[in-house]
Amino acid sequence: MNRTKPKLAIHKFSSCDGCQLALLNLGESLLELPKYVDITHFAEAGPNNPNAKVDIALVEGSISTPDDIERIKQVRENSAYLIAIGACATTGGLQALANLADRDAWMAAVYARSDTIETLSSSTAISEHVKVDLELHGCPVNSQQVTAALADLLVGVKPVSERQPLCMECKRKGVVCTMVTKGEPCMGPVTRTGCGALCPSLGRACYSCYGPAETVNDGALAQRLQSLGLTTEAVARRFLFITSGAPPFRDAGLRLRPPPLETDE
Amino acid sequence: MSAQHIAARRPGFMERERLQGFLDVFRLLGYRTLGPVVEEETIQWREVDTIDALPTGVHARQGAGEYHLEVQSDNRLFAWNHGPQAIKPLLFSAEETLWHERLMADGQVDIKQTLPEVKPTAIFGVRACDLAALALQDRHFLSQQNPDPHYRIRREALFLIGVDCAFSAATCFCTSTGDGPSLGEGFDIGMAELDDGYLAWGGSAKGGEIIDGLSLEPATEAQLNSMIQETDRAAAQQHRFLPGETELKQLYDKLNHGHWDEVGERCLSCGNCTAVCPTCFCYSTGYQRTLDGRSAEMKRQWDSCFSQTHSSMGQFMLRRETALRYRQWLTHKLAGWQEQFGRSGCVGCGRCITWCPVGIDLTQAVAALLDGGLADV
Repeated sequence: MNRTKPKLAIHKFSSCDGCQLALLNLGESLLELPKYVDITHFAEAGPNNPNAKVDIALVEGSISTPDDIERIKQVRENSAYLIAIGACATTGGLQALANLADRDAWMAAVYARSDTIETLSSSTAISEHVKVDLELHGCPVNSQQVTAALADLLVGVKPVSERQPLCMECKRKGVVCTMVTKGEPCMGPVTRTGCGALCPSLGRACYSCYGPAETVNDGALAQRLQSLGLTTEAVARRFLFITSGAPPFRDAGLRLRPPPLETDE
Repeated sequence: MSAQHIAARRPGFMERERLQGFLDVFRLLGYRTLGPVVEEETIQWREVDTIDALPTGVHARQGAGEYHLEVQSDNRLFAWNHGPQAIKPLLFSAEETLWHERLMADGQVDIKQTLPEVKPTAIFGVRACDLAALALQDRHFLSQQNPDPHYRIRREALFLIGVDCAFSAATCFCTSTGDGPSLGEGFDIGMAELDDGYLAWGGSAKGGEIIDGLSLEPATEAQLNSMIQETDRAAAQQHRFLPGETELKQLYDKLNHGHWDEVGERCLSCGNCTAVCPTCFCYSTGYQRTLDGRSAEMKRQWDSCFSQTHSSMGQFMLRRETALRYRQWLTHKLAGWQEQFGRSGCVGCGRCITWCPVGIDLTQAVAALLDGGLADV
């Protein structure tokens, strides 16, 4: 086969770089990847060519500055297929909590001078600004999901997006339910699977870093969490955490506790 | 337990001290031995070489959305009634590769079926409800026209040692489905636990041979009476029930009942009930490809009628609302299966009640739906 390898770019927006680190953590498959794709841009790993035209772009991070808006339009224009990876790119991320807060009060509390900070009034998902072809969730993204999506794309198949609740994954892996046996306040029943049931397999409750599953019955889960002893406030915080920008969780959280988030908490 | 039922057993008595030797027989015959072990605060099937690994005095307290183990002062090894799974995962694997495809240099595709390699496996402590469920799974996966090779290989490797239930959990209702608490059929060796030992009897030719080899003393009249009292106690502990199969068929007359929406309000559509149900058998398949684009594995994994994809045909979603998915599950399980398999798909184990994160109780749902007679409400 002499055909040119497809080009791949990995872009960063407002984020902690954790999703790029997850990709760097791939180990051997990361070394295998350049055999099948030409990685033109991946600043964290070396190649730095943000404006190249590519076949596939992986985008980490949310849109939270005026510059982000211009850049994401450029990335979209340069990319045939755009994949948003991780909680920031798919929901606005942890930093979207600021969307529900009194931003000016927080800025004044945190920075000596807030007039030097250039920021939008909200942190939002990539899909709110440009067309996104695929979303891979998680904080950070599961790098195996990324390579599986790339493997599909390289043979011309549309990748499948996981949408089922985490409970299905726990049951398939034989992980015992932490809520039923220990009364843990687990978000699994409303959370999208894909992590491999990481927290429940260690006996911990899921805190929903993958965001909403295909079906979210927040009212029924909130009632159950309250019966386990959580206050309304604590239940609201479980919905308004890493993916508070995802509409089903934002709405659930706001029904339980209206904004703004106070600075003194 | 009927007199005929007891007479058919003709059990022998095995002192408690002989149990280790009984376990060793299976290892000597080349079996992997699985038994109940306390792990992650539940009863799980794990490899056991010594009876010391079995849960002494452990009882399972179960309720709607609740499961807790309690240790009591008795020295019973089978006082727990069940854990989160029957033996379904050991046969119908939750995740497995069905076949492997590889693109050859000449452009041909080489397809190799990947079949499981299994050792003969003896399972200690299988319950009557588990066996009833197994018989239903056998009917589904081992149909004459289209037997499932992966299931069949694992199934043929099994040797089943059943135990009568001496205690019921609050979620059990097998007396009303006719599947327990005493062993019916489908085991190779049956056992009943008494205070000072076990009654054991053959249930199949190969089970009978092993029992004969143990040269047990025939059970005394008193021991037979104790055996009956044990399961009678378990039966008396049950307070939940399902109506008979004729009545369950009337669920089809209740498709517009308001109770479906009430359950739909509470149901998380998470699929836990179907995953722990020992008779549910739905799965989905999909390819897992390698980066070089030259090979792929066809994977199968448990699916649920509570998932969106399961109720979708192409882009058209048949059951958008949770209430409709619950209705599909319940009517299929309790009424539809009667047409498909000749009996209801519920064996009364109550796992769907225990492991539902919000404690939805199918016996309550059925009572609410069938209350008020036959007319569509």
